Amino acid sequence: MTSWLLGRSSRILIHQQQQLHKGPFLNYNSSCSSFRSTEPFRCRDALPGKNSSPTLFRFWRHESTKAEAQLELEQDVTEDDPKQIIDFPGGKVGFTSEMRFISESPQKRVPCYRVLDGNGEILKYSDYVQVGKEMGVKMYSDMVTLQTMDSIFYEVQRQGRISFYLTQMGEEAVNIASAAALSPDDIILPQYREPGVLLWRGFTLQQFVHQCFGNTHDFGKGRQMPIHYGSNKHNYFTVSSPIATQLPQAVGAAYSLKMDGKSACAVTFCGDGATSEGDFHAAMNFAAVMEAPVVFICRNNGWAISTPVEDQFRSDGIVVKGKAYGIWSIRVDGNDALAVYSAVHTAREIAIREKRPVLIEALTYRVGHHSTSDDSTKYRGTGEIEYWKTARNPVNRFKRWVERNDWWSDKDELELRSSVRKQLMHAIQVAEKAQKPPLEDLFSDVYDQLPSNLQEQERLLRKTIQKHPKDYPSDVPL
Amino acid sequence: MSTKFGRLVPLVFSKRGFSTSTSVQKGGGGSEEGLKSLNLCSAINQALHIALDSDPRSYVFGEDVSFGGVFRCTTGLADQFGKKRVFNTPLCEQGIVGFGIGLAAMGNRAIAEIQFADYIFPAFDQIVNEAAKFRYRSGNQFNCGGLTVRAPYGAVGHGGHYHSQSPEAFFCHVPGIKVVIPRSPRQAKGLLLSCIRDPNPVVFFEPKWLYRLAVEEVPEDDYMLPLSEAEVIRQGSDVTLVGWGAQLAIMEQACLDAEKEGISCELIDLKTLIPWDKETVESSVNKTGRLLVSHEAPITGGFGAEISASIVERCFSRLEAPVARICGLDTPFPLVFEPFYMPTKNKILDAIKSTVKY
Repeated sequence: MTSWLLGRSSRILIHQQQQLHKGPFLNYNSSCSSFRSTEPFRCRDALPGKNSSPTLFRFWRHESTKAEAQLELEQDVTEDDPKQIIDFPGGKVGFTSEMRFISESPQKRVPCYRVLDGNGEILKYSDYVQVGKEMGVKMYSDMVTLQTMDSIFYEVQRQGRISFYLTQMGEEAVNIASAAALSPDDIILPQYREPGVLLWRGFTLQQFVHQCFGNTHDFGKGRQMPIHYGSNKHNYFTVSSPIATQLPQAVGAAYSLKMDGKSACAVTFCGDGATSEGDFHAAMNFAAVMEAPVVFICRNNGWAISTPVEDQFRSDGIVVKGKAYGIWSIRVDGNDALAVYSAVHTAREIAIREKRPVLIEALTYRVGHHSTSDDSTKYRGTGEIEYWKTARNPVNRFKRWVERNDWWSDKDELELRSSVRKQLMHAIQVAEKAQKPPLEDLFSDVYDQLPSNLQEQERLLRKTIQKHPKDYPSDVPL
Repeated sequence: MSTKFGRLVPLVFSKRGFSTSTSVQKGGGGSEEGLKSLNLCSAINQALHIALDSDPRSYVFGEDVSFGGVFRCTTGLADQFGKKRVFNTPLCEQGIVGFGIGLAAMGNRAIAEIQFADYIFPAFDQIVNEAAKFRYRSGNQFNCGGLTVRAPYGAVGHGGHYHSQSPEAFFCHVPGIKVVIPRSPRQAKGLLLSCIRDPNPVVFFEPKWLYRLAVEEVPEDDYMLPLSEAEVIRQGSDVTLVGWGAQLAIMEQACLDAEKEGISCELIDLKTLIPWDKETVESSVNKTGRLLVSHEAPITGGFGAEISASIVERCFSRLEAPVARICGLDTPFPLVFEPFYMPTKNKILDAIKSTVKY
């Protein structure tokens, strides 16, 4: 969506507000928390009427409402006398004598927004946010960096040098393009497969390595499993393992940004499996009711470990769930960096300007195993994996586009991959030689200060270590 | 109902007034001037007014809090501070606590209400896996110290399974949070303000039996009572009794009756269950040589077990008798059998006698 169109939507909104104040219409109340839903097609007829609810005008803010109205026509139910409308507490509703159940999903699934075709060419009539050379090259470079990190770290785990790792393979575009579309002030609440956002924001390769090794330089003080990165400097909340818990937290963070009048939003990521958790429901509903400026980005990569999406839900994916909560939603090709960039860029603008949540479902494929503890060939065919790894690879697709613009060459590619590999190898050597965090870090930060029971326990432990030094690893400074 | 209350009320409140009157106020309770007679819910309301007034980044939210809350603890707050700072949430406890964590992580004071302690369990994952571990897991880069979760708590005469629970023990096994339970209006106001301003997530349980029944003089100004500090509210030399919340009033009645039989009881209000004040209890038991703990929650796995085991470890050579625990039974909280379920005055009195005679 172009800025021009957003501007037009805003002008429409302003116009409607002015009209409301002048005439017999109810005053528009921006704090109205109850979005009354109705047939969007019928809104057009209701618009000139005196009894229109002002909240109905929310439909006219965004062009996508037209497309949505057209889709809804397929399921339209004939109303009885249109003048017989009852204003129930949940909104105005017309009546029908036809008994018809809304089907679970229309035959035609919600389309997936994309900009680049499989060959890395911009599709004709594409509606997207422009990306210049500097941005494009940085995006591509960071995708390559992510790929290189993954291949090296995966091997390091196989060699037993770190305990655990989780790759981003196949989801590099969702990572990097999302990050590129955001501002450094936007607050990130990740799941775990989004370190690309942190990379984009300037977290160094060395810092990634320190966390995976759990050494004394790890900001997390060696307390969490590898890949549970966090950085307050980069507004990237520390990852935790319980699934979906970050989603309602993101709504609280977004509410804070709104109350502070910040020109920023909360952005939170989750996988398709996470949408089955109760916290997903809580977050979506709270975000809508609280009118919180939060962008939900769901990486629908088809799998939750061994569970395919058909065992996860029977809806048309995640994008349709947004509507049920009163949240603007879009489905995007997660393997198309320009589509992801444009959707996130626009979603962010909508969230901040209109103080409302937006849901993005990025369709993609998990090319790698779920983690180093998983062998995904036990539950899916290698042919399927290869197809997404090669024919649908997001990094390759974006590379073609960058090359076609003459921003990138084979020489650049070789130099970049070689450079990143060297940096990572060096970073690993440094991290491997570093000491573990000091023993006191076992006890600190449980609370802001050490309570007496923990002080006592630390004293006891130190006595035991003194007495039985061979029972304990020697690389933890006492 | 009213008959039962009529019968119970004299048992709860002696002519001497509520148990606070037997203690010397700690931690800046203020002078005797500026006092006002308040019940528990009004004291809570006053604390919330002060919290919202003194910190523009504080918020109160939960189910039905906007109109004043189902126990009236949030009366007048939305009118005075606005609906963006005092607001209803959708009906979802895990959402309430998750939202509160996010709000607190951004540097705000997030005062979340869970309508009954019995319904805090849908938020257990957010409290245990998230709030409690937020600072630790991030290496202190992030924290949600500004979070306070307050909830009505304990028996109320007719609450049955889901309006009577005392879930404190579930949370006492969770490093990273604090658990605080007041016994009276004056204590509630001071302790709640301390919880709200403490830089750690706190679960604050309000004995709903006392919301309207407990009345005493409460300083009108801002004051805080320290967390993790127990209070000896009755001096004695023969046996130490430890409790918290509304149960203390029952225990006090037992102390008075025991005194008539020549037994001198020391009564301690624990106030903060984690991190708890071992030193005060230890000091008392070293003096008396005996310990009795009482709580409404079921006995097995109740917090009385932690107190008992800790004191046995620390005061073993001083103990003259086994530690006694007089608690709720190991059943779900029953409706018509509530009088049989509760650790009543006479159950406690009998245990006091057995302990002293051991």
